Amino acid sequence: MTDWLNTLLQGVLLGGLYTLFATGLSLAFGVMRLVNIAHGDLIVLAAYVALVAVETLHLPVLAAAAVVILVMAAGGYVLQRGLLTHTVGRGILSPLLVTFGLSIILQNLMLEIFSADSRGLQAGALETASVSLGGDITVGALPLMIMGTAIAVIVLLQLLFTRTTLGRAFRATSDDGETAQLMGIDTKQVYALAMALAMAVVAVAGVYTAIRTSFDPLGGPNRLLFAFEAVIIGGLGSLWGTLAGGIILGVSQAIGFRLDPGWGTLSSHLAFLAVLVVRPNGLFPRTRDR
Amino acid sequence: MSLLSVRGLTAFYGDSQALFGIDMEIAAGETVAIIGSNGAGKSTFLRSICGLLAPPADSIHLNGRPIAGLPANQIARAGIALVPEGRRLFPSLSVEENIGLGGYGGRSGPWTLKRVYDMFPDLYIRRSHAATKLSGGQQQMVAIGRALMANPDLLLCDEISLGLAPRVVKDIYRSIDSIIGEGTSVVVVEQDIAQALRVADRFYCFQEGRVSLGGRPGEVSMATISGAYFGV
Repeated sequence: MTDWLNTLLQGVLLGGLYTLFATGLSLAFGVMRLVNIAHGDLIVLAAYVALVAVETLHLPVLAAAAVVILVMAAGGYVLQRGLLTHTVGRGILSPLLVTFGLSIILQNLMLEIFSADSRGLQAGALETASVSLGGDITVGALPLMIMGTAIAVIVLLQLLFTRTTLGRAFRATSDDGETAQLMGIDTKQVYALAMALAMAVVAVAGVYTAIRTSFDPLGGPNRLLFAFEAVIIGGLGSLWGTLAGGIILGVSQAIGFRLDPGWGTLSSHLAFLAVLVVRPNGLFPRTRDR
Repeated sequence: MSLLSVRGLTAFYGDSQALFGIDMEIAAGETVAIIGSNGAGKSTFLRSICGLLAPPADSIHLNGRPIAGLPANQIARAGIALVPEGRRLFPSLSVEENIGLGGYGGRSGPWTLKRVYDMFPDLYIRRSHAATKLSGGQQQMVAIGRALMANPDLLLCDEISLGLAPRVVKDIYRSIDSIIGEGTSVVVVEQDIAQALRVADRFYCFQEGRVSLGGRPGEVSMATISGAYFGV
């Protein structure tokens, strides 16, 4: 019984990482209607940036995380202004193709620079520390921290979207870019800021990926898949739904893994398919009349 | 000096030409009606002024400054606000957020959220509702309030009476009267000729992308106006 409770808890906390994978994707789609195929590769890139910051620049992990966030956010801004802006308003296919190309370029660049070896970031005591919740139930400090971060990121994004002028500009631009321009909103700038924000979340996901798992240059598409699944389970446009989606993936993976170590990943994909069959629009769809 | 000066404005949708050299002068504080049937180019004209379509270089000046070719958001900040055809409210924003976003450009002037609510008390009651859940007339009020929040020098109103009950149209036009009373220059584009001519100092009649007639409402007979309107 306690074993199963432990399994469930671990699954829920694993969902925090999947939520972080998915939030940046959800943000870019929500504001820009951009399906970013390179999203997973950007997470891996962020993990490598973290690795360089810690191993080459000898920064402490927390300072390295701050550097990764800044670097990725700036990169996101430049990526949008320099490249993706040309795909805006050209239908759904052109951003898909451009980010697909970007994905291949990123994978090969990372292969070239970092080799195909699997890497991981040493975070010292944090990796093995655990918190006892009474009885025989213990959870890892790191997974708990990841889940806390995921919830904090969602709360902050919700506040940004509902309470700030920039957030309202995001929503207005997403609703109707042309009319947003009539309000004096520079929609290209809004898109670039949204991409910077999405990449900041990607950076957080990347740092945790680096610490929690081993990663290699070709691991992006797998993370993209989990991000997609979490977003779609939760319902497009719903940040809390994304959290629910992440947790469902995490729990089903943990249960599957417990039944048979080979079933872990498979069972989360099966859970995704099951949700898709029952609720094609996800659990918390936010359909907008547009 | 004119507030808005338009010289030889043309507009194209792909290969088809929608405007064939429009000239127009609007003085500060003046109210101008643009009338004409469907497809005469009225909305195209407004969209060109706002920067949503690409106008020829040097064809449009605002306060003597060339604005043709500027992106729409900069033209908005320069002092032109549009109440777009079909209102185009932001569905995921509340009434108050929609109106407030009109002030995004940060221009100062007489219009504040409070002044807009004073003019449209119904909107204050429904300020936290989703904007697109309101009645048609109230949605039109939100669209007007949103445009006023930009404190524009020139307010462009595209078909603001379309699809509304006559009583509601009256209310809407009463608000236009008080906006004109503030000294804001207003352009009303209408198919409802009587309503438009009542508020306007001058009018232009568009037909097939050209100005077919211009003048002052009192000085031109209805017969002449109908002739220019229908092209008979």
